[in-house]
Amino acid sequence: MSEQPTAAIATPPPPEPAGGDLLVAAEVRKEFGGLVAIDDLSFTIPNRSIVSLIGPNGAGKTTFFNTLTGLYKVTDGTITFDGEDVTNKPPHAITERGVGRTFQNIRLFPQMTALENVLVGMHSRLSGGILGAVFGLPRVRREERDAAERARELLSYSGLRNVDDELASSLSYGDQRRLEVARALATEPKLLLLDEPTAGMNPQETVTFMEFVSKLREERPVSILLIEHDMKVVMSISDRVTVLDYGEKIAEGPPQQIQKDERVIEAYLGKAATK
Amino acid sequence: MALRRRDRARGAYRSYRGQAAEKSGLNSARGEWRKLPRPVRSFTPVAILLAIAILYPFYLSSLPTGNVPLIYSFPSVRSAVTILVFTTMAVGLNVVVGYCGLLDLGYVAFYAIGAYTAGWLASGQFQQVNFHFGSVGVSRDARGIHISIWLVLIIAALLTAYGGVLIGLPTLRLRGDYLAIVTLGFGEIIPQFVRNADSLHGFDLTHGTFGISPIDSPGFGSRLHSSLGLPVAYSQEFTADRLFFWSALGLLLITIFCCIRLRDSRLGRAWIAIREDETAAGAMGIPLMRTKTWAYAIGAFFGGAAGAFIASFNAGAFPSQFSFNISVFLLCMVILGGMGSIWGVVVAGVILSWLNVEGLANIGTWLNDNIFPQSHQIEVAKYQFGIYGIIIVLMMMFRPQGLIPEARRKREIEEGTRGALDEPLYEMRGANEPGAGERGSGGPVPRG
Repeated sequence: MSEQPTAAIATPPPPEPAGGDLLVAAEVRKEFGGLVAIDDLSFTIPNRSIVSLIGPNGAGKTTFFNTLTGLYKVTDGTITFDGEDVTNKPPHAITERGVGRTFQNIRLFPQMTALENVLVGMHSRLSGGILGAVFGLPRVRREERDAAERARELLSYSGLRNVDDELASSLSYGDQRRLEVARALATEPKLLLLDEPTAGMNPQETVTFMEFVSKLREERPVSILLIEHDMKVVMSISDRVTVLDYGEKIAEGPPQQIQKDERVIEAYLGKAATK
Repeated sequence: MALRRRDRARGAYRSYRGQAAEKSGLNSARGEWRKLPRPVRSFTPVAILLAIAILYPFYLSSLPTGNVPLIYSFPSVRSAVTILVFTTMAVGLNVVVGYCGLLDLGYVAFYAIGAYTAGWLASGQFQQVNFHFGSVGVSRDARGIHISIWLVLIIAALLTAYGGVLIGLPTLRLRGDYLAIVTLGFGEIIPQFVRNADSLHGFDLTHGTFGISPIDSPGFGSRLHSSLGLPVAYSQEFTADRLFFWSALGLLLITIFCCIRLRDSRLGRAWIAIREDETAAGAMGIPLMRTKTWAYAIGAFFGGAAGAFIASFNAGAFPSQFSFNISVFLLCMVILGGMGSIWGVVVAGVILSWLNVEGLANIGTWLNDNIFPQSHQIEVAKYQFGIYGIIIVLMMMFRPQGLIPEARRKREIEEGTRGALDEPLYEMRGANEPGAGERGSGGPVPRG
């Protein structure tokens, strides 16, 4: 399979086909000036699966993330999410359709409390408008109360206790990572994109976090796309792994197969290593 | 080491304060105060201030005038109206700058649109028509459009909000400095337009440099007063200036109320999120353009209402009123008070507009009378912009968070030491990564 990296949408069947693909990226291309960051990449995420994206530094993983979430406009190609073309839609429109994400370098709202951060994530699921806020209409008040209640549940679900009213900037590093996930979950995603969620965590924290991610998939109707450098994490949790190098897909398949793939080892270690 | 020293110093300070409080018996009073329910605690100071403000016209005459230390004399009721209206504008600007973090250097445009709307809808500007609706004190035969000022306030606010949307749509795609420069442009364009729009294909829209005057006064219910059969003495007590004062106070209170409600709403959260991190806010499902345009429109709404009100109070709208200085001046109020802090902006607004209206002149008079010798008299008011500049520089040096910082900013500064442990990690990672690029460190190798 890995021998035919750019073979259109005909990607290999995922190990656990759970009823169709949630996201289909077809021939996505992204150029920055003359630099081709993503080279006609075709990629799918099946429903309720955990798919990992790995590759050496500068392979285009985060760039691909950013095109999926609308932060970057694609140069060419289409992205279909949940049966709907979302190519080049603005980020908020894509989030509204059910794509939640975290950032590689934590991007919380530092001067807002943990609870407020999560409430911001709920923005597209709430409807209170200006008049409702100014006149304090009962419907809006009730909505706000319920939202705060759900936000508190989400915080404790994500393993954040007694930090509701702490400013995001005053949380510990691990808690900030957890808060990012809680905030992404607040958008009620069908697809959750985690960009190096365990970066900077110690081994113990990493294990706890990955248990949390597995739990997420079991308890919520959510697919997960993971960028990760920790191979132990990637290999233990993923249903499928895709390897990028210089913006091209060089391998794709179940973890066991990727570990043995010559091109992958070559990309990471150089050609001599495979001999 | 340094941290420990700081802790010790803080401890000593705290115990010093504790002693002082015990000595004066303040401690028990403070304890009692803390026991009161939260709403009482937060509303009591506001209620006291409000009572002082409402009753101001009544006890003003019994306050000393002429040689009060430093301030010379207390502001007249007329000055107080101007002070309140400018404070209202500052609170409106605070929505744009303080909440949403959009640096707007052209707020005066909204003031102008509001004032000219009042000019168009409540004066004899359009001699071609004769339309009266609810206006008080205007002869039925007077030509022009004469709509009740109370209605005009709402119309002007809505129209200015619409103007804000129109200005916002092309400009709000810009960020930071670029936005500031473009808003600056619009702040200049609109006064220039009204100055020159006295012959649009022969149609006199704004009466050029002469401005629109006179603009009607609002009706303050004198008809209602007489129909209720209340004694004439009451209505004489309520001179026009006093009625303007209370109306301006009402306008300010409504503005504050709306801004607090909006701040604590879904929209307010979205504004603050955009201020904190625009990219993340977009990725969390906040429509950036729409939300920013709303901030602009709300800011414009209150600017327009305040502009229409002051046009009615001054009985005219003149292009010379709408200089760039006003925009900067209002921005100073927001910065001085503490960006995003309503009460801070109110306090700074009152102080700065008082200085502008008569404070500096009064202080100068007092200084000349009491401090400076007869041979070296100084006209302090001449140095006003230098003085404002010094105030801002000093604030930035010693109290960058503003007079009364927004609660969340204050907390961040207080908690600064606690978060310091985690901070470097966060900063370092951010600095190493250009934009949303790849990680700087080498990745582990897949094990075969």
